[in-house]
Amino acid sequence: MIYDIEYETMPREALESIQLRRLQATLERVYATVPFYKTSFQKAGITPGQIKSLEDLQKLPFTTKQDLRDNYPFGMFAVPMDNVVRIHASSGTTGQPTVVGYTARDVNTWATLMARSLTLGGATSGDIIHNAFGYGLFTGGLGVHYGAEKMGASVIPVSGGNTKRQIMIMKDFGPTILTATPSYTLHLAEVAQEMGVSFKDLKFKFGIFGAEPWSEKMREEIEKKLDLVAVDIYGLSEVIGPGVANECHEAKKGLHIAEDHFIAEIINPDTGQVLPWGETGELVFTSITKEAFPIIRYRTRDITSITREPCICGRTLARMSKVSGRTDDMLIIRGVNVFPSQIESVLMEIEGIEPHYQLVVDREGNLDTLTVMVEVGEHIFSDKVSPMQNLERQISKNIKEFFGVSAKVKLVEPKTIARSEGKAVRVIDNRKI
Amino acid sequence: MRVEQISIFLENKSGRLAKVTEILADAQVNIRALSLADTSDFGVLRLIVDNTEKAKTTLKENGFTVGKTNVVAVEVPDKPGGLHNILILLHNSGVNVEYMYAFVQQSGDNAVMIFRFDNTDEAIKLLEKNGFTIINGSKIYTL
Repeated sequence: MIYDIEYETMPREALESIQLRRLQATLERVYATVPFYKTSFQKAGITPGQIKSLEDLQKLPFTTKQDLRDNYPFGMFAVPMDNVVRIHASSGTTGQPTVVGYTARDVNTWATLMARSLTLGGATSGDIIHNAFGYGLFTGGLGVHYGAEKMGASVIPVSGGNTKRQIMIMKDFGPTILTATPSYTLHLAEVAQEMGVSFKDLKFKFGIFGAEPWSEKMREEIEKKLDLVAVDIYGLSEVIGPGVANECHEAKKGLHIAEDHFIAEIINPDTGQVLPWGETGELVFTSITKEAFPIIRYRTRDITSITREPCICGRTLARMSKVSGRTDDMLIIRGVNVFPSQIESVLMEIEGIEPHYQLVVDREGNLDTLTVMVEVGEHIFSDKVSPMQNLERQISKNIKEFFGVSAKVKLVEPKTIARSEGKAVRVIDNRKI
Repeated sequence: MRVEQISIFLENKSGRLAKVTEILADAQVNIRALSLADTSDFGVLRLIVDNTEKAKTTLKENGFTVGKTNVVAVEVPDKPGGLHNILILLHNSGVNVEYMYAFVQQSGDNAVMIFRFDNTDEAIKLLEKNGFTIINGSKIYTL
């Protein structure tokens, strides 16, 4: 099923003409209402009137997370507070939180996009959605919630945490769709097993997972452990929240971007140059329908590529590949770029390895060292020491072959690595201290 | 003929072994024999206890990774060459000892050794044929 057939299957030419019209209107508006944009456009020597084509977008300066922090809390809002009905904020774990606002129309747009997303993921109005994304300032919970209601599905606003109770609700209420972060999903699977509850006996058909980069191997693991089809969702509060892009359950190959609301570009993160379709780089978004918090050429820090190849599901919207990492998550270890999700792929190639891992980076003298902590589950445990030492060597060897970087592998007891109810903490970088 | 042994994965950090003994003490499980194999990062604790199932369940409930294996308890004459005769017999027949450790208690005049073989069935057959006494599980748990 397609939720918004007119826009989701629109011929590219028609789509682009809508994009240009909406872009021009947005630029005029931010220039007039947000001092930050007026200044930054002027510095770049450009006025909104000079943007005559979609290609001209490249002439505009980028907006970065730092810009949002500099304008904390409401400096980037383009409407008076009277018109703002909702405020969300990022967690602020890497610094000051970024604050975003929504008008009533923005909330409605977001709900529509999220309804599209859920439909992309396989949901229909008859489904019961177990929404384990956190509610609150984080956009995940409420984003999914409003989308589910918009499309007429039932939503259980269970939020994150209280995991045993969640399992009980799953048993008793019989939800058919699960929405959560991939790492919390695996935690749910673990707790269910401890409680003697099998996902095979539950009613889940689909799961829509996102809010952190996760590998294809992790997808396989989730599908196997939870006995459902797992699709990827993408979004960020600065753009709108979840629902910016979503995989269709038919193809499970790339996330359809809501291009009628957001223009996506891929740039070389070092030079800022726009890359051709298909190449991998940093994702940049411009919102073209947002009222309260329009954003121009926002550098997401997410690494992906975009294809315009037609999809078997019938949608014409471009697709971004699964986010493989973040430029700010990227570890540079002895000059080599390493993304946690790549290590995850290497680990999960090995039979029996649990998906709970953590990377610890230290500096000894002038040398960076990488330690990969892997939890020992029953599948890899042996009463003999040598099989486990062989496993350590095997992981180490595979990482070396893949990255050219030596890693020390440390087997740790189960539950040593903290379970997260939101985004997993994959990296501890001790070098910064 | 076999003896059940549980094995526990331990990280090399202080207090982990004490945690295991605490859990077993609270569960009223008695340790009959033990061996600890260690590397620089982790250790594997092997135990023979008087109540294998209870030990296994309680340790698991407390978050430990626990395995169960079959080992063989053999009476070894308590005199020079006692152990050697067993090992040479196994060696000559191509049975490999993965690891072994001693039982604290004696069985009559004999010492008791716990063996983990690469081919348990073959080893049992061989030892019995050559007159060695193998002590079965139910006896060893209460010896």
